[in-house]
Formats: sequence, structure tokens, C-alpha cells
Amino acid sequence: MQSPLRLERRLTQPKWLNWGVPLLSLLGALILGGIVLFATGKNPISVYARIVERGFASTDAFSRTLISATPFAFTGLAASVAFRMGLINIGGEGQLYLGTIGAAFAGIAFQDQPTAVIIATMIIFGMLFGGAWAAIVGILKAKFSTNEIITSLMLNYVAAIFLDYLIFNSSSYWRDPKSYGFPTGKRLTKNAYWNDISIGSIEIPFGFVVAVVAAVIVWFLYNRTRFGYEVGVIASSPNAARYAGIRARWKIITVMALSGALAGLGGASDVGDFRHVLDAKGVQISGYGYTGIVVAALARLNPLSAIFVAVFLGGLSNAGYALQGPDFPSGLVGTLQGLILFTAVAGEILTRYRIKRQNTIADGVIV
Amino acid sequence: MNGIVKRFPGVVANDGVNFEARAGEVHALLGENGAGKSTLSNVLTGLYRPDEGTVSLNDEVVHFDSPRIALERGIGMVHQHFRLVNSFTVAENIILGEQSSSLFMDTASAVERISALATQYGIAVDPSARIWQLSVGEQQRVEILKALYHGAKVLILDEPTAVLTPQEADALFTVLRSMVAEGRTVIFISHKLDEVMAVADRVTVLRAGKTVSTIECATTSTRELARLMVGRDVVFDRVIRANHAKPDNIVLQVSNIDATDDRGRQALKSISLTIGESEIVAIAGVAGNGQRELAEVISGMRPATRGTIAVNNEVVPNSRVRKAMTAGISHVPEDRLHTGLVADHSIEDNLILKSYRGAPISKMSVLRRRIIRAQAKETIEKYDVKTPDTITPIRLLSGGNVQKVLLAREFDSLPSVMVVSSPTRGLDVGAIENVRKRLVDAADSGVGVLLISEDLEEIFALADRILVMYEGSIVGNIPAAEANRESIGLLMGGGSLSAENN
Repeated sequence: MQSPLRLERRLTQPKWLNWGVPLLSLLGALILGGIVLFATGKNPISVYARIVERGFASTDAFSRTLISATPFAFTGLAASVAFRMGLINIGGEGQLYLGTIGAAFAGIAFQDQPTAVIIATMIIFGMLFGGAWAAIVGILKAKFSTNEIITSLMLNYVAAIFLDYLIFNSSSYWRDPKSYGFPTGKRLTKNAYWNDISIGSIEIPFGFVVAVVAAVIVWFLYNRTRFGYEVGVIASSPNAARYAGIRARWKIITVMALSGALAGLGGASDVGDFRHVLDAKGVQISGYGYTGIVVAALARLNPLSAIFVAVFLGGLSNAGYALQGPDFPSGLVGTLQGLILFTAVAGEILTRYRIKRQNTIADGVIV
Repeated sequence: MNGIVKRFPGVVANDGVNFEARAGEVHALLGENGAGKSTLSNVLTGLYRPDEGTVSLNDEVVHFDSPRIALERGIGMVHQHFRLVNSFTVAENIILGEQSSSLFMDTASAVERISALATQYGIAVDPSARIWQLSVGEQQRVEILKALYHGAKVLILDEPTAVLTPQEADALFTVLRSMVAEGRTVIFISHKLDEVMAVADRVTVLRAGKTVSTIECATTSTRELARLMVGRDVVFDRVIRANHAKPDNIVLQVSNIDATDDRGRQALKSISLTIGESEIVAIAGVAGNGQRELAEVISGMRPATRGTIAVNNEVVPNSRVRKAMTAGISHVPEDRLHTGLVADHSIEDNLILKSYRGAPISKMSVLRRRIIRAQAKETIEKYDVKTPDTITPIRLLSGGNVQKVLLAREFDSLPSVMVVSSPTRGLDVGAIENVRKRLVDAADSGVGVLLISEDLEEIFALADRILVMYEGSIVGNIPAAEANRESIGLLMGGGSLSAENN
């Protein structure tokens, strides 16, 4: 039963691990993906080269990548915020749907207002709807110790059905009464559109800018405030939190609501930046919420890194859309994303443990 | 068992222990927590391998690689925490792990054998009942049946009465007697003197990993056992105090407190005590008699179901940690790394665990890192914490330095009362001296200290007054000058001072 290698707990986590491990994970995923490509008769190098070309290599491609990256950034932030307190919120998907519902409501209801007012109310309603949806999970956990993984996941399906109901099965406020045949939502007026910001020839979606601002705020909240300090204590040691008089129950509800609000903000951006309508089917096939989990894992729950990871994964999906065809299977991007999550989670072990040969002496403690 | 030595990093748990048990006797293994009782039984059942020494069974030297092999040779153990599958029936649990050649379990014949065994030893258990339906006492009987079913000739019970009511304990003793009458051997691990006297034929006393003595119960008394267990030959020196205690200037008044433990059983029964200014009051007692619950109730971590706590004559709201903190109660918990401190967080983050909510540490909810770091540097210097910097995580510090950080934070909160649990457990001699000196300094400056400890030496070195806790009640209140080890040890074991002459 003796293996020559064993895992040993690291006493310290050297700084290089913060970027080294994600890079190694990525490399591992690319190699595994290469094997898959090779097995299906493709040349991995040329496929990867084309992904880089169509995802990042031109200003045009990069602008489109930012469009794909924006929802990932929000759902990635949402997941990071919850995971930092040990709350496994799998419900970013449903919370984002609720955000689209809230934002679409504001966009329709306030369409006669100035653009700045419409955008502000869309953001607020998107966050409120997403936050309230996630707060259900938080309240259930705080009051009845339900498992948040299950409740948040189940609420995704409820949210999807609710979204369908609003557009397809009812004459709701959101449904366009003039849409015959295939029902659609009411289109927002032009003054409710979130306009891109141009830097040189790169078009930056307004929502992406909002995501960057949100990431900075979340970083500050978690690293520099009493709130973040308390979250850190609860996450690392529930007993110490009890000892210091920190109420974990309220924190569970607040953090879940914050996480949901960020996902809901992603929904608002989806409506305001891109679709300009409550698009029940379109938002559901995208799976933004689940990709957010990959983003958070690869960013090691750091909100600032989440933005960069989102851009990377955005480039990957953008290239996937552009290259779809007989020699580029559409499932490839999903496969690569799955492999990246897989290797990122495996890599997480390396940050906490190191691989050692048997019979070596453990590091001493500082005396 | 001959000359057993078992070392763990930093401690020698068994240091040349000799132990022998005969067929047909109940042999008690008596000792304080940490005396090496559990280590010895784990060596005997093959869970640990001894570093030195031999285990012999019927004059033949044996090496057990695992508890399973030990059981095959007839040595079974009933652990404090039962190893039963809750959703299985009694019979299924008992035959669990049995080697069987057939694909299906032969439950019917097993039930028959179990019933026969149960009748033989007077163990009342329904083989078809499911474990979750049984009381703790019944579950213990299942564990015993399991060992008997697998042919145990020697049965080790690790503090079996800790979870039992007195009536269940009496029933257990009857079962044990009937087992030794059959020629089996029972090894009974305990730190309760009256139980040992009630059930055992002989007793081996362990102290600090060494065998003190093996004696016939008929020729000894609880008083002598208490003395052997705590060891009176240890020299203790009282720390010289600058300020004399003023017990009449009451800083902490605890009145008629009841509370339950984590499992909802009553852990504190009408506890009342007072601590005066500059007074060190010690609570002696074997772990698990309500000390932890008392410390938690006073510090607001656990609700009292009855009674009040007052600091400087003002009642502190029940179960409110922050109110207790602002009232001037400081708490140094037993579990330093995971309750008193956050092991993964830095020294500076740990130093602000109780002060981060207000000025000067935070302003408008934002932490002021520069001030936090400057204060941490000062504290490290003042309390002589050995660390390269203030951002080193607590878990990388040595035990003594961990405790320095915790005490520094608690002293600097300028409390009126400090509740201190096992402050020197696991520390080396130098660190122990340091911690004790700090506690005395605090008392000299006027703080009332409640010292909860199992270490009698420490209690005698520091305390002005000694309270003894047993099964959730305070059973003794003795000025330190009048106390002696035997009387305290007797009270800790549930004896009473008036009965000491028989």
C-alpha cells in the first residue's frame, strides 16, 4: 500500500501559486483538449491557433470577445462572492434570469425617462430581482440549515419556468401583445439601450465597464471593510465567529443576496447591452450562470482576476461561434471549458498540498 | 503489556507502561486526561504500534497490525463514540464486516446467536430494532454484543459510563460482572473513582504516561486512588502575588445558572459563584463535567436556561457575546486555534477580532490597515511574540506564541473578568511560566480571573480559591490555603469529603 509519492499539506502558500497554478491548469486543459482533438482527427495546434486568431488577435475580434465576456464577468463575480464565505451558490443562472426580468420591467416602465434614469433603474431592478431570488436560498439556509447547493440549483429550474411563463404562457407585462405566431417580449425603445464606449477601434460594452467597477467594489468590500473581515472569519472558522459575536445567519442571507444581485446585474446588462428585450429562450441557452462557476474557480475567487478570466473564456466562446462548422464542432468550446474547470479544481489541491517523495522531513514551524 | 513506549511528535504518551490483566477479572485503568489511558488501549487493540515494548497474549508475544486482527485474537473494544450504522438493525450492525462465503447475509441464524448471547449475559436488546431507535445506553449494549459475537475474550471499554445515566451504569456493571464470571476479561478505562471501586477487581493507575501502581481494589480506598491519580509528590510553588485578592469587591456574580450541552442534555445545574477584584478563582474538575459550558455561558456564547450573570453589579444580557465583551468579560477558550483565534488568518487580523467594530481600528466600516499594523507591531514587541512579521498566519506559530497572541488581545481589551480555560495545556515549560506570570499580572492589576483547568498543579500554583465541578454542579468551594490534593482529587472523582474515612 506504500506509494513512493504522497501529498503533504503546505504550511505556507507561496505567492507564485496564485498565478502559477491557474496557468498550469490551463496548460493541462489545453493538452487534454488536444488529445480529444487529435482523437477526432483534427490538428490541435491549428485549431488552437484559429481560436487565438478569432478570439483575441484583432480589435474587431476583441470587441466581440468583450461582448461574450460581460455576462461571464458578472456571474463569475457572483460565484466568487458566495464561494468566499463557503456558500456554494450554483444558482447564478436563475438569479441572472430574474435580473433580466427586473431590468426589462424597468426598461419598459420608464421608457419615457432620460437614458441615464432608465439605465440606473434597470441596474437597480436587475440587482433587486436577482438579489431577492438568491436571498430565498440564504434565508432557507440560515433558518432551516437547508443545503444551498440543492436549493439554489432547484431555483434555477423554477426561474426558467417562470421566465417561459411570462413570455409564452401568459399575457404578462413583458409580452409583446403584437407578437403573433411566436410570442416575444416587448422591445425596449432606443433610449433604453446601453451604448458601447469606444477606445480607439475597440468597442467596450457599457455592461463590461459596470462589471469592472463592480469587481473593484467587491474587492474593496472583501479586503478592506468590516463586512469582508467578518465574512473571512466565518468562512475560516465558524467557532471563532461565534466566539467573536459575529452573527453568521445574517451574513449568509446578505452574502447570498449580494451574490444574486451581481448575477442579476449580469441579467440587466444582457437586456440593456445586447438583447433589448426579455428573450426567454435566448438567455436560457447561453448558460452564463454555470460558466460563472468556472470563472470563479479559475480566478481563485479573486474578483479582479475574475474579470481577466471572463475575458479569456469570452474569447474562447466568441471564437467558438465564429469558427463553428464541419471542421470545428460546436461542442468543442464546451468541452474545453469543462476540461478547464476540471484541471482548475485539481490544481487547487496543489495550492494546499505539495507532492513529496516518501520519508522526507516536513518543514519546521517558526519558533 | 510490557514496557510500552509510544511517542507522538512532541509528547511521550506512554513511557514504559507495564500492564497485565488476568482472565476473569475487571481491571480498571485509572488516570487523568492525558495520562496515556487511551493510547495504551489503542496499542493493545492494534490501532497504534508501540515504539518500544511488547504485548503478550496468554504468554505469547503478539503483534497486531489492526483492530480487526486484534479482534480475531479475542481483543474487542467499545469506544466512547460508537461505531454503528444508524439505519441498520442491531443484527445487521453486529454481523457487519463478517467474512462470508455466500452472497447473501444469513441474518436469521445471526439473530438466533445474538439472542442467545443476549440472554446469557442479561443484555436486553431487540436484534431487529434499528440503531436510531435506541437510547445511548442500548447502543452501548449493541457494541458489547458485537464484540462478544466476534468472540472477544478481552473487552476494553473506554469511559463507558460517560454517556450513561446512573441506572444504565448499574445495569452495565451487572453485565460486566456476568462476563468475568464466564472467565472473560474486562478492561475498564475511567477517571471516576467511585465507579472503579464499584466494578473493578484490580486497578492500574497511570500518570503522565507512566504506570504508578497496580493494586487490588479490596485493599485500597477512593482517597488513596485519588492521591495516586493526581500524584502528590509533585512539588508545586505558589506564585507570589503583589496585590492581595479582594473577594468582597465582587466583579463577577454568577447566580443559579442552568444550561444544556450541544446535545441538549443538562450540563450546568444551578451554578452560583462570585469572583472578587484581583482574585483568581480556579475550577477544578475532570473534563466534560460542564466546565466548557460554564465558560461559554459566562462569555455569552451559550444561552443559560435559567439564572443571571452580572459584571460589576450589572446584569449582562443572556447569550449575547458582544454585550458580554463590552461589559468587561474576556474569554480565553480551551481551543485556541479554532475558537479563540482564526488559524489561517494573520496575526494582525487575529489581534483585531474583538476590536474591529469601532475606532480606532475601523472608521465608517472601513478597516484602517495602517493603524492595525502599527498596533500589531507594538503588541508583538510588548508580549514578545516570536514571528518574522505581523502578517504571518497564526497556524505557523508555536503553541506558546499562539497563546501569547490570544492573551495579548484579551489583556489589551482591559477586561474586568477573564475566563481562562486550560491556558497552558500543550505548552512547554518556558511558555507555561510566561502565561502564568501574565495571568498573575492581570490579577494584580485588578482583574478577576476564573481559571478553568484540569491541571491541579497549576490550580495550586495560581488560585486564591478552588471550586470543584462534578456533573454540572459545584461540589466544593475551598480557599487554596486550606485545600490539599487528596481532597480536591476526591471531589473531582465524585466522592464527598464527609465519606473520606471509609
